[in-house]
Amino acid sequence: MVSRTLFRAGLTGLASLLLVLFMPLPVQAADDEALRAALTQLREADFSEKAALVETLVGMDHPRVATILNALAESRLFYVTETSRIVIGLGDDVEIAIEDAITGEALGQAVKRDLDRIRVNNRLRSLIENQLASLGLASADPQQRKAAVEAFLRSPKPEGAARLKARLDVESDQKIQELLTAALALVDLTGTDAAARAQAAKALGGWTQPEIRGPLLRAAAEDSDAAVRQAAQTALAKTEFRLQMLGWAETLFFGLSLGSVLILAAIGLAVTFGVMGVINMAHGELMMLGAYTTWLTQQWLPVNWSLPVAVPLAFLVAALVGIAIERGVIRFLYGRPLETLLATFGISLILQQAVRSIFSPLNRSVATPDWMSGTILLGPLEVTLNRLVIIGFCIAVFTLLWLALQRTRLGLEVRAVAQNRAMARAMGVRSARVDALTFGLGSGIAGVAGVALSQLTNVGPNLGQNYIVDSFMVVVFGGVGNLWGAMVAGLSLGVANKLLEPWSGAVLAKILVLVFLILFIQKRPRGLFPQRGRAAEV
Amino acid sequence: MLLPHWLFSDRAGLVLLAVLAVLGVGVPILNLWVPPDHPLYLSAYTVTVLGKYLCYALLAVSIDLVWGYMGILTLGHAAFFALGGYCLGMYLMRQIGARGVYGDPVLPDFMVFLNWSELPWYWHGFDHFGFAMLMVLVIPGLLAFVFGWFAFRSRVSGVYLSIITQALTYALMLAFFRNEMGFGGNNGLTDFKDLLGFSLQADGTRVVLFILSALALAGGYLLCRWLVSTRMGRVLVAIRDSEDRARFLGYRVERVKALVFTLSAMLAGVAGALYVPQVGIINPGEFAPLNSIEAVIWVAVGGRGTLVGAVIGAVLVNYAKTWLTGALPEVWLFALGGLFVTVTVLLPYGLIGLLQRREKAA
Repeated sequence: MVSRTLFRAGLTGLASLLLVLFMPLPVQAADDEALRAALTQLREADFSEKAALVETLVGMDHPRVATILNALAESRLFYVTETSRIVIGLGDDVEIAIEDAITGEALGQAVKRDLDRIRVNNRLRSLIENQLASLGLASADPQQRKAAVEAFLRSPKPEGAARLKARLDVESDQKIQELLTAALALVDLTGTDAAARAQAAKALGGWTQPEIRGPLLRAAAEDSDAAVRQAAQTALAKTEFRLQMLGWAETLFFGLSLGSVLILAAIGLAVTFGVMGVINMAHGELMMLGAYTTWLTQQWLPVNWSLPVAVPLAFLVAALVGIAIERGVIRFLYGRPLETLLATFGISLILQQAVRSIFSPLNRSVATPDWMSGTILLGPLEVTLNRLVIIGFCIAVFTLLWLALQRTRLGLEVRAVAQNRAMARAMGVRSARVDALTFGLGSGIAGVAGVALSQLTNVGPNLGQNYIVDSFMVVVFGGVGNLWGAMVAGLSLGVANKLLEPWSGAVLAKILVLVFLILFIQKRPRGLFPQRGRAAEV
Repeated sequence: MLLPHWLFSDRAGLVLLAVLAVLGVGVPILNLWVPPDHPLYLSAYTVTVLGKYLCYALLAVSIDLVWGYMGILTLGHAAFFALGGYCLGMYLMRQIGARGVYGDPVLPDFMVFLNWSELPWYWHGFDHFGFAMLMVLVIPGLLAFVFGWFAFRSRVSGVYLSIITQALTYALMLAFFRNEMGFGGNNGLTDFKDLLGFSLQADGTRVVLFILSALALAGGYLLCRWLVSTRMGRVLVAIRDSEDRARFLGYRVERVKALVFTLSAMLAGVAGALYVPQVGIINPGEFAPLNSIEAVIWVAVGGRGTLVGAVIGAVLVNYAKTWLTGALPEVWLFALGGLFVTVTVLLPYGLIGLLQRREKAA
């Protein structure tokens, strides 16, 4: 028994050895010849013939095919008339190094003029790209395999199905497995077997890609078989539901992102208006100063490093300007809120014009660092990274401010003065100093908000004006003197705005939100979370 | 005694009325009957600019009535001004008739441009001058009444009220910028031809409009002066100085406030209606929050709670604006901003206050 087994194993092994030793050589040789023939035809072919040849090449399973197609797509594939060889050029000078297309053997230098370029057009180029991607199906890199399946989805051909099936058997990545199944179902959807079509339609439900949704829509409308149409419709309903969910999630995300901008703009006001009772109409212009500080930092530092430097710098600049405003103007106007409003409005005009005179009235473009650009997948949702960073930034600023007010000596004094100025003074709090520092704190946060804004909108002299009405609305909606109120108000206004937008358009959404706020204040003049206690009564 | 007591004792007001009378008679003479090469000749442009100042002055008087006497800092009065302007502008648009670029006998040019096939319902009736004039009073008045009634009833006051008036004018600006609103969107209403058959380009029409502006200002001033001298005027001041106490004394504070706010909005509407034919255009920019705040500062410069001060402030600030934006455009916003700060910090009673202090010291 044992010996027989051994013998069988030995025989199989020998056979394999023989296969390894002899089989590849003739195959390779034959392949080389076929490849050479195809490539030679490529020279004379017109573009549609070339397309057919490209498909032949892909079907050949030759190790050099990917390199050759790449060279073809980049117009680096040449025909050498003297030696009737197809070569790949390396470089872009008048004289370039060339190598044999089929063997990869280096052939020294050649003058470009002597080479006959094999031309491609854009259609051909994109075909090659797709085909190359499907070659990537066997790649070790999951990203490339995924790209290969996605390329197949864009132009599903029954010929490719066998390759996909083969891959599906060995694929270990679950995501790619699912994608492969979907791709195979997509092929089945156009097949002749009605039962398979219905099965495929069912499997394709929930895939939101247009490449899958499109054929499914067609099947639901035009398929000859009623059962298939039915299955496709059911599957589409699933897709639509998923799309709708994704849409809601996206709206919610945009709402959160707008809301966090509003919060950033408003919490500084919540400090000055809420804690000190000072209406600072120049708050928007302090944000503008923060944005310009970011721009200036970027003139000196590489973009990737500029933001971490700009944040403290913007805080400092805006806080100093704020303290100057408080010491220079506002302290003469305590107890006269309406006059403060007018005076700070005057200051906002001066700051605007100053920026216009110094930096020109044109918008400045602030660059986005690499680590903030691009998109990222949050589950099934694709979100832009800069908005995500700003949401995180908003949370960080909010937390820091809250800690500063709750856990520091200054915060304690600020709250004491806000609650009862006379009593705080009697207890030895230097209220004038607290006022100046509070105002500086609120202004500094405005500057920091400006850094965030510079990543979202144009930086220009009017930057602040666009946000001042909104940020007052947030403060008033949330309830004066209440950081949490400002947070809830900012988020709900942001989300409400974005929810209304698709239904009514951006401008009308804004108008509706303003009208809602005007009505809301009638109902609750002290905002969502009014301050309690006798000191808060006016 | 020919004059009622409330006017007789108002020396500054009498001076103002005299000046307006002199202007109302003098300006037409200097424009129409003095030859153009004479040094005293006033060009049609100057007449228009003066007329514009008078409209602004009327707006300032209407703001002073609510801010100076009732303590409501309105940051949205330009909205009523612009609404009045739009009402008259709609009449002027309808008067163009088939003379527009597209020659449509009914639809204004911008509607033809937007492929509208018929006139929106709210444009009907504006081809009658009387109806348009009625709307100049009704639309701003109605908005002010509804807005004021709700706001004052729920005791929104102080800076909260200021902020929501600002939100109101901001929302209106955004709304009027929309083409779908049917008010010409971004471009507003313009290319007016004539008013009651008189060409707006003719010197005679401009002079008449100027005289009307002077009369409206005088009328508005007299109305406000009379109002503040009545018992109700005293209630207004009581509300300004201590709203709660006035309420505890039994006055229906919200009614008084809503009434006066409405009246003031109507005056602003009239000012806007006189303004539009003189400048020849009305667009959503007039709703900009900055315009309202600028108008408030005219009152502050002249001296709030005096009515005459509002007129002086409006004319002076606008004269400075015309001059500075022409000569040194960069400086204008610095100057305006500086004016806000200086007036509020150093001159809480405005120029009138300064004069009174001098008088007392002397």
